[in-house]
Amino acid sequence: MSLLRRLSAGVAPALVVLAAIAVVALVMMVTGFDPVAAARAAVRGAVGSEFALFSATLKRTTPLLMLGLAVAVAFRAGVLNIGADGQFLAGAAAACAFGLAVGDAVGRSVLLGALAVGILAGALWAGVAAWLKRRFNVMEVVSTLLLNFVALNLVGFLVRGPLQEPTGAYPASATLLSAARLPLLLDGQRLHVGFVFSVGLAIAAWWFFRSTAAGFQIRVTGASRTVAASAGRLDVDGVQMWSLVASGAIAGLAGACEVTGVTYALYEGLSPGYGYTAIATALLGGLNPLGIIMSAALFGALGAGADAMQRDAGVPAEFATVVTALVVLGVLAVPGVMKNWARITGRGEQ
Amino acid sequence: MSGEGFALELRGITKRFGATAALNDASLAVRSGSLHMLLGENGAGKTTFLNIATGNLQPDTGAILLNGQPVVWRHRADALAAGLSAVSQHFSLVPAMTVAENVALAGPRLGAKYNRREAEDTVRRIANNVGLDLDPAAMVGDLSVAAQQRAEIVKAIARNAPVLMLDEPTAVLSPPDAAELLLWLRGFVSSGRTVVVITHRIREAMGYGDEVTVLRRGQTALSAPISSTSEQEVVAAILGATDTGPLAFARQHSTAVRQTLGTSVLALHAASVIDAGGARRLRTTSLEVRGGEVVGVAGVEGAGQYQLLRLLAGRISPTSGRVTLPPSVGFVPEDRHRDALIADFSLVENMALRGIEARRGVMPWAHVALQVQSAITAFDVRGGDVRSTASALSGGNQQKFVLARELADAPQALVVENPTRGLDVRASQEILTRVRDSAAAGSAVVMYSSDINELLATADRVVVCFAGEVYETTLDSDAIGRAMVGVR
Repeated sequence: MSLLRRLSAGVAPALVVLAAIAVVALVMMVTGFDPVAAARAAVRGAVGSEFALFSATLKRTTPLLMLGLAVAVAFRAGVLNIGADGQFLAGAAAACAFGLAVGDAVGRSVLLGALAVGILAGALWAGVAAWLKRRFNVMEVVSTLLLNFVALNLVGFLVRGPLQEPTGAYPASATLLSAARLPLLLDGQRLHVGFVFSVGLAIAAWWFFRSTAAGFQIRVTGASRTVAASAGRLDVDGVQMWSLVASGAIAGLAGACEVTGVTYALYEGLSPGYGYTAIATALLGGLNPLGIIMSAALFGALGAGADAMQRDAGVPAEFATVVTALVVLGVLAVPGVMKNWARITGRGEQ
Repeated sequence: MSGEGFALELRGITKRFGATAALNDASLAVRSGSLHMLLGENGAGKTTFLNIATGNLQPDTGAILLNGQPVVWRHRADALAAGLSAVSQHFSLVPAMTVAENVALAGPRLGAKYNRREAEDTVRRIANNVGLDLDPAAMVGDLSVAAQQRAEIVKAIARNAPVLMLDEPTAVLSPPDAAELLLWLRGFVSSGRTVVVITHRIREAMGYGDEVTVLRRGQTALSAPISSTSEQEVVAAILGATDTGPLAFARQHSTAVRQTLGTSVLALHAASVIDAGGARRLRTTSLEVRGGEVVGVAGVEGAGQYQLLRLLAGRISPTSGRVTLPPSVGFVPEDRHRDALIADFSLVENMALRGIEARRGVMPWAHVALQVQSAITAFDVRGGDVRSTASALSGGNQQKFVLARELADAPQALVVENPTRGLDVRASQEILTRVRDSAAAGSAVVMYSSDINELLATADRVVVCFAGEVYETTLDSDAIGRAMVGVR
């Protein structure tokens, strides 16, 4: 890899983000909003104060980072897991149900149990799609996406039925006792220990892909199924199946952390589309765990900024969603654009 | 128009792909109302010829004449509209539609309302006439390869075109089906139509054709009425003069001392292969390869060598029968980019592909890097170092690297498939010498090559695949060439 390409690997995503923000600013102007005021409010809401940084931006970064890693594990294996959102909800629902059922009978152990159950539920939820793919050759893009809606409606049922809070007034579960809650990191801030987990997980994932045999097997399978099965004799279907299950397990952990670290209760709107933003996060980070730390922080800030923008400047938060979408399109277009550019300038590698 | 005139003529056609000329001033003249057989080795230019005749490709130079009139095809549709219908080797069927729907889709009156019964009747009538067994209501995606071939043929016939061209229509048909189809084609031409059939099977050509054209290396080597030529003459035209001279190097160049033959290392015991589409790719085959010998494999495309090699390399399992494999088999597949190397991975990562399925725990990257270093030195791989990506190497150096990787752990057996594909003479020589060296060091070696001379220069004995069967032949280019086209 030439130095030029190494540099552009970092520069291109930054350019894409800037371009997406510029386009959205233009749309704001055309539709009669003040982009300068919006930007000011967004920056203040994302990084303008300790509260903004820890209780808004990094709190949002936590699920995005874990889910981004989950998506990356699957994508690296060549499996398009679009269902991180559903696996997140499955993990959250299972962790919450476990935490409520056990209460404080076993002390702090309930938290570990809840996280473990969340991981298991996420793995099972993805496991359904993995099994359908292996057994009936069902495209995982379709099955994982549809399972998102199943998970969402399942949560809707749970919070109106078996898990509903005792008064029966709200479509939400009862609140977890403090034994089942993740400790907070800083006094007076809402950032919880899950953030440390997510960064630790990213570093572990980076090491896993770089140094372990299983990580290499996943990368080879994702790069070329035919080479994996011909130069090596890998069971590529098996590698892809287990990668999808592992991806679901990580997404399940993200859900468990959200419910035990942020909301302390289960309700339908638990994920504002985290699982979809996670796809953008993973792609912007180049499917590289360390890159995903950066992109998750960026999307965390974008989300926090969008809330502030709506609150303080009266600009709809949906503009931030448009930025996310444009970033995905931009990142996907970059390889093609680079190839054209290389051809035009005659600097292609071949 | 029938009788004396030519329905289709290709004159002085040249077609280059990059630096190689697929066709070089080749010509074909097909008499109206005749069944014309087009023969030639793999890569002789037969399919390119068909593609040019049907407007899929534009010739660089040369002219196409239809019924004596010069024509220019801008697109395949032009040729179809002028009455030239073709069945290519690669099917153009919609898998999610029925046979009848596929046939109707190609029909002349598309746009009118689709009448299922009428369409199915058409298919049934044509299939009956032609002697092909075909269910019009079957979904194409569910059909076996042979049945899809039959559907393609029926589709082409349904177009009612005066000139029909078929690219290896019998390759995947059973012998009785093939015979019936050819017999029907004879009747078809007697009604004034014109048919061109591309085939590898000389007996078919001699038995059913009116005229024959043989292509060799992009040029017309023979063009004659069947009645005035002989099987020997046709075979000679296909194979050309044998020049083993420049290729006999490998055997002489192999520096290692030949060991006496060892024990049986690789073996097939009554093994057969049926693919996912239900086609029988390899009939019941037994074969034994001993340490120290190179067994050459020859065969035209799709004759079963693909499956034979992958069975011997342990890459697929037999449908029936048994395979004996040693603990370690090196495998060099024909398509480097598809099967052997990941272009944008480093050489170290590409080296680690061998045995990847058995790796656990932490990757020993430093150790693999040393292997790459010694492979680069031992096999004289140029243009890259340990950190380069595979794409940085030229084709010949990539192939040397792949061979080095497969031989790194001194495997008891080595299976190589067209190892010199796309390489220049010098790189080819180096590769073939390494292959022989490996046998000299005691490995059981199996090598497929589409070049008979290469086999003669490298192999100790040769087996030939034909229509899924494997025969042993003498080490003689005529005998191998004949066996490849089914003449024994």
